Amino acid sequence: MTQSAEPADGTASPYPQFPMRRTCPFSEPGEYAGLRADEPVSRASLKVNGKPTWLVTRHEHVKQVLGDPRVSSNLKRPGYPHQFHISEEMLAHVRLMMLSMDPPDHTAQRRMLIPEFTARRTKEMRPRIQEIVDERIDAMLAAGGPVDLVQALALPVPSLTICELLGVPYGDHAQFEEWSAALMNHDLTPEEYGAAVQALDMYLDKLVTLKETEPGDDLISRFLEKNRTEQAADHVDVVTMARMMLVGGHETTANMIALGVLALLEHPEHMAELRSDDTLLPNAIEELLRVFSISDSGTARVAVEDIEVGGVTIRAGEGILALNNAADHDETVFADPGTLDFHRKEARSHLAFGYGIHQCMGANLARAELEIVYSTLLRRVPGLRLAVPAEELRYKDDAMVYGVYELPVTW
Amino acid sequence: MRVTTDRDRCVGSGQCAMQSPEVFDQDDDGLVVVLQEKPGAELLEDVHRAADLCPSQSIRVTG
Ligand code: SF4
Repeated sequence: MTQSAEPADGTASPYPQFPMRRTCPFSEPGEYAGLRADEPVSRASLKVNGKPTWLVTRHEHVKQVLGDPRVSSNLKRPGYPHQFHISEEMLAHVRLMMLSMDPPDHTAQRRMLIPEFTARRTKEMRPRIQEIVDERIDAMLAAGGPVDLVQALALPVPSLTICELLGVPYGDHAQFEEWSAALMNHDLTPEEYGAAVQALDMYLDKLVTLKETEPGDDLISRFLEKNRTEQAADHVDVVTMARMMLVGGHETTANMIALGVLALLEHPEHMAELRSDDTLLPNAIEELLRVFSISDSGTARVAVEDIEVGGVTIRAGEGILALNNAADHDETVFADPGTLDFHRKEARSHLAFGYGIHQCMGANLARAELEIVYSTLLRRVPGLRLAVPAEELRYKDDAMVYGVYELPVTW
Repeated sequence: MRVTTDRDRCVGSGQCAMQSPEVFDQDDDGLVVVLQEKPGAELLEDVHRAADLCPSQSIRVTG
């Protein structure tokens, strides 16, 4: 590997730049298909700092990398492929969150949280999610169209759900939604990013401190209680964990709700199909998750030993981006990957929630939210349609999590 | 068909219990438990899918 020319702005790098942009919201960035075919394990330079990284684009290789214990998620390790501006000094101060931890620390914290997200617990949360969705749709119908579906439904549903689960007062949502959105923006300066993290952490620090003395019936309180004996986390760890779940529970599901509604509006034949047969819904959701694969950023890794992937040796200390969006459009796994097919048998094999020990813990909760939102909308707002031409929608091309900024609809 | 799991590897994602609830469940700690070690042939496809979907490769299907 040539380490020579690595200018800070990345302009003179011999490699293609990453991230690559999507040109159509329903498909992957155009470059991915060629990479999968010709050079499935390839070099790229990170747009943010010009540093080199490996890109892995085939489904089998992405699974291989994300399942390999010789690959680390620790963003403090030299060579880790950062996708936002972060100074060395800030990095030194960063407290690792679970997503950035390796075993055994990761295992200890994750084990304390998984009882909160089992298939059974998720099922128990469904009636409350249904109430939340119904209330939001009542409010939307009462206000009358056109409304921005992102603000009216897509954001408040996951926001209310995660707030109730964590025990965060929803009354403060305007504040932390702003910080949370800022953390997903690639283009922030290190100072802006740091300020958003700090503001959110100060807020959560107060909340966790309160729950340490006055526990409630919520995830953070239960975690603190368990932690008294397990000692898997200190106060700052708990604050960091709360931030991860608050941010993770917001942006991703909200974006996916809005994009899924857009997909249905743009494909009336699919919408009609779902309406006539709601047993199709779970698989339809997997297919929507696959086609959009909204986050290609959670799967950054760094090799801690030399590993071989697809005949290429990735050396210890080199960064890897295992691109789940590319994997989810791998034509050897998903025939005709650009086509939305609610009957696709292998739809669930998508890696939109990641893979390996860091696979999204909230995956089943997100699935439940999506299912309830889509089914309720289909039933209660049969006349739903876009209030502006689809070409006018603005997409989050520059964010860590893909989505649409606004979705004006009427009925 | 025989199903075994490695609970030390399990990360509690619940993919197995969602895919094949007849054969897999999660205990109070969220870790996988096998409800039927020798499920009938009619469950073969589901069990194989569950093993394939498990993100931590904790599920083994033999025979
Ligand atoms: S799918 Fe795998 S990791 Fe998830 S609960 Fe089942 S055995 Fe555990």
